[in-house]
Amino acid sequence: MSTALRYLGQGFVYAAFALILGYFASLPTYTHFPPDQALIKLSLAHGADRKGGCRRRSQEELRKLAPNMRRPMDCPRQRLPVLIELEIDGSLLYRDSLPPTGLAGDGPSQVYQRFAVAPGRHAVVARLRDSDRRDGFDYEHSEQIELAAGQSLAIDFRSEMGGFILRR
Amino acid sequence: MWSEDCLDRPFGPAWNPLYHLGGLGFFYYWVVAVSGIYVYIFFDTGLSEAYESVEYLTHDQWYLGGVMRSLHRYASDGMVVMMLLHMLREFALDRHRGSRWFTWVTGMPILWLVIICGITGYWLVWDMLAQYVAIGTTEWLDWLPIFGESIARNFLSPELLDDRFFTLMVFLHIAVPLILLLVLWIHLQRVTNPEYFPARGLALGSLLMLLVLSLIWPALSQAPADLARVPTELGIDWYYLAVYPLVDEWGAGTGWLVAFLGSLLLVVLPWLPPLRGGGAAVVNLENCNGCTRCAVDCPYAAIVMAPRSDGRPFEREAVVNTKLCVECGLCAGACPTATPFRRAKALAPGIDLADRPLAEVRRQVEAASAGLTGQRRVLLFGCDRSVPVEQLPLAEVAAVRLPCIGALPPSFIDYVLSRNLADGVFLSGCNSGDCHNRFGVHWTQERLAGTRDPHLRARVSRERIGQLWVSARERRRLQDAVQIFQDGLPTDPEDTPPPTREKAEEAL
Repeated sequence: MSTALRYLGQGFVYAAFALILGYFASLPTYTHFPPDQALIKLSLAHGADRKGGCRRRSQEELRKLAPNMRRPMDCPRQRLPVLIELEIDGSLLYRDSLPPTGLAGDGPSQVYQRFAVAPGRHAVVARLRDSDRRDGFDYEHSEQIELAAGQSLAIDFRSEMGGFILRR
Repeated sequence: MWSEDCLDRPFGPAWNPLYHLGGLGFFYYWVVAVSGIYVYIFFDTGLSEAYESVEYLTHDQWYLGGVMRSLHRYASDGMVVMMLLHMLREFALDRHRGSRWFTWVTGMPILWLVIICGITGYWLVWDMLAQYVAIGTTEWLDWLPIFGESIARNFLSPELLDDRFFTLMVFLHIAVPLILLLVLWIHLQRVTNPEYFPARGLALGSLLMLLVLSLIWPALSQAPADLARVPTELGIDWYYLAVYPLVDEWGAGTGWLVAFLGSLLLVVLPWLPPLRGGGAAVVNLENCNGCTRCAVDCPYAAIVMAPRSDGRPFEREAVVNTKLCVECGLCAGACPTATPFRRAKALAPGIDLADRPLAEVRRQVEAASAGLTGQRRVLLFGCDRSVPVEQLPLAEVAAVRLPCIGALPPSFIDYVLSRNLADGVFLSGCNSGDCHNRFGVHWTQERLAGTRDPHLRARVSRERIGQLWVSARERRRLQDAVQIFQDGLPTDPEDTPPPTREKAEEAL
């Protein structure tokens, strides 16, 4: 093979490789989420009440403990599950009882859910129970929202801020 | 392989990219490092500043910053391609089993680290792709029960994210490549004279290709990240981010399972099935004078020189680490005591293969040549990994196969010709850029040329030695070359000498 042909062949190989390199660096495009839909994310981390209330230890009990462990109140670590409901336009989209995290069951309950919805106006109702009550909810939030295609709405919860927060 | 033969034509063995995938991977790493340093000078680690600083580089400073950014991306992509091809090729050529397991297994963390480097890099641009990668990664990580609180929650809305997050990403994007360099060093611990840099022509060609690609098809950002919007249609870098659409499709748990099982399978591959060797090299101290040639020539650092243990008046002795030995026999080919002329005692060189000793090679040479008649008798030496020389239908040609052509001490050529066992000796083996045992062909060529010990003696007529380095597929080419060499052998030693190897190749 002559030198010119060899260099031509090398040029062809480099060009082919460059084409492959350049093409797959950004193409073909990937549709991660339908462009004609909107997204609602329900995401929260919240610790429910402790299972059972605190109890004052007796003097007898305190004496039996090591001096550095003699805390007067005995509080159970384990938390209650958090019950959560999400309703969109009157229909229940999500309902679950979220157990506490952590080996001792004393961590916050967590949820991270994604829902694709049609763009437009929606009535959102979010409810949360974090106590030992049998019926009803401790927190409830209703709101009319307007979602555009491709918009993402996050429903968060912060008890110190009064409950549910809708982040747009 | 067919692909290698195709690339051999325009590139030749010295520049064939498939023979230098590891070196090319390293080269791309350095291109990424240098271009990355330049881009970092202008990069701003702020929530909105990150995107703006990359846009400034791409558009306002396109002639240098933009080119550097594109080089950074394309060289990173090239690194992944080189790495995957390198892995695939080593597997296809069975260079991952036996003593080579260590190099294979240490390649696995490299695979992961390179991917992590790419992911953190895409994250830094903070465009819609970065947002997709950030949320996808954190959602994927959240599936593992190791985080107290979901890290994907950091990306719920812009107000939950702060500039420190980018500082962490920059730290990772610099620290992980440095760790990668350390793992690369470990990866090459059992390889002597590793190729840290490909042939200059190949490096220049690759750099030129990257530059042209960067100018014609510059790397661009997508729309700026906006946590209030969902990334919809994305231009994905499939070299690094192909796993994300798969996780979208399969779910995080299946994604982890596939990643774990895939990695596990790759790690155990060298033992599926394990390579059963015939026997590592053994040192015969009686004939070892501690000359170090075997240790220098060993391609896998399996021989070390240790203080003399037998009281003989030499400083050192060769010691074989059988766990590292690939049984190529290059050490026996390098041993100055491996001479077939010895008759007083059995042929027992200072170092030899346990199951294929040189005494047996000499016996094969003598037996093969005994069957040769005529005036153009050729003894053809081949190796286990190239064309099976004993199958060539050539008259007056006897063949002897070695584990590697580098296992043939040059004195054997002298022996064949001076004892009139044949009229010519033809050496063949793997393609010269791609010896299965890395240096078998190279060392043989240097020994014949007298630039590497042990030299072929000057008295041996070079005109009676032919050589051709071919892949196992090039049986016909070797057959023709041997035929031409044989036809050119003088019937009388005083006649015109046979054609040289170049002339034989030219005639082909």
